[in-house]
Amino acid sequence: MKVILRNPRREIDVTGGRRVKDVLRELDILPETVLVIRGDTMITADQVVGPDDVIELRPVMSGGRA
Amino acid sequence: MKCRKCGGTAVLELRRHNAAFCETDFVEFFRNQVREAIRRHRMFDRDERVLVAVSGGKDSLALWDVLLDEGYRASGLYLDLGIFDYSVESRAKCETFAAARHAELLVVSVAETVGAPVPVIKEATRRPPCSGCGLSKRYLMNRAALEHEFPVVATGHNLDDEAATLFGSVMHWQTDALPRQSPALASTHPKLVRRVKPLYRLSERETAAFAFVRKIDYIVEECPFAKGATSIQHKEILNRMEDASPGAKHNFLFGFLEKARPAFERAEAVTLNECARCGQVTTGTVCAFCKLSDQVKRAR
Repeated sequence: MKVILRNPRREIDVTGGRRVKDVLRELDILPETVLVIRGDTMITADQVVGPDDVIELRPVMSGGRA
Repeated sequence: MKCRKCGGTAVLELRRHNAAFCETDFVEFFRNQVREAIRRHRMFDRDERVLVAVSGGKDSLALWDVLLDEGYRASGLYLDLGIFDYSVESRAKCETFAAARHAELLVVSVAETVGAPVPVIKEATRRPPCSGCGLSKRYLMNRAALEHEFPVVATGHNLDDEAATLFGSVMHWQTDALPRQSPALASTHPKLVRRVKPLYRLSERETAAFAFVRKIDYIVEECPFAKGATSIQHKEILNRMEDASPGAKHNFLFGFLEKARPAFERAEAVTLNECARCGQVTTGTVCAFCKLSDQVKRAR
């Protein structure tokens, strides 16, 4: 699956078929610091993301990175 | 995860509230928190005009959005800091928002009033860029409100901003700053307008989520000068604490406001004068803004 990160904007590939919280842990990103967006909606950390999914991790901190 | 209110699919978990919400119920939760802030601190009432300081970021545009929807007479004030493409883009976000909502937007240029944009102020004063920028913003917000007869300025400071500021003040025991940290600062001089922070009960993640759900087009990119700023480092420390113990930021800030702040309020009143040069309020003879302008002019 693809993960879109910001500041600077970049895309990375990670293993899908697992929960959002596991993806965040692998990327060492605290759940409190990002919105997780799939398509046009936000999703919670317990949701499972599939191998073909694209999720955006949008930093919530003004000036922050993800 | 299910929405606490309706049982539908949740889009956002709020661990510090031990809750999760769907889009509709999250928007209502958010608005309720703003209503509670305004009510509890008597920030303004419906027949007062409110000047919302907008930067093009999520917090200030979310605040403006709520106030307009709640029926307040809220105009925007955009301070053009002259920070390269960042300012061009952030101004455009504010103008687009104002046009779509048929709301009034005032624009004041820092370069025209100080004599130079923020990047030049940074070089001229050798101060950290956020220092000269913050000083100029506070001064110009008050001056614009007075000139346009707004009794109150509302800013988009959120719970994370306030907790980080408090953390910085405590780390250096800036006891003069502690009593001034409040969701609402009353007018203590005819030339000082009230300053309020209606988002202080909401975290940065909650304002970002609100802006997303409300489809507010805000600037996500960072201010080029924010990189390495102390306030961001403090936010990162607090976020690690929040991750380990949900509610830590809330308890830190609200505990201070309810229990500790009164102890730091000065017994003696500060004497406020009018600046000998510009007439704005200062504790000295010439205000910090005029001194900053002098420094910029000398350096050019």
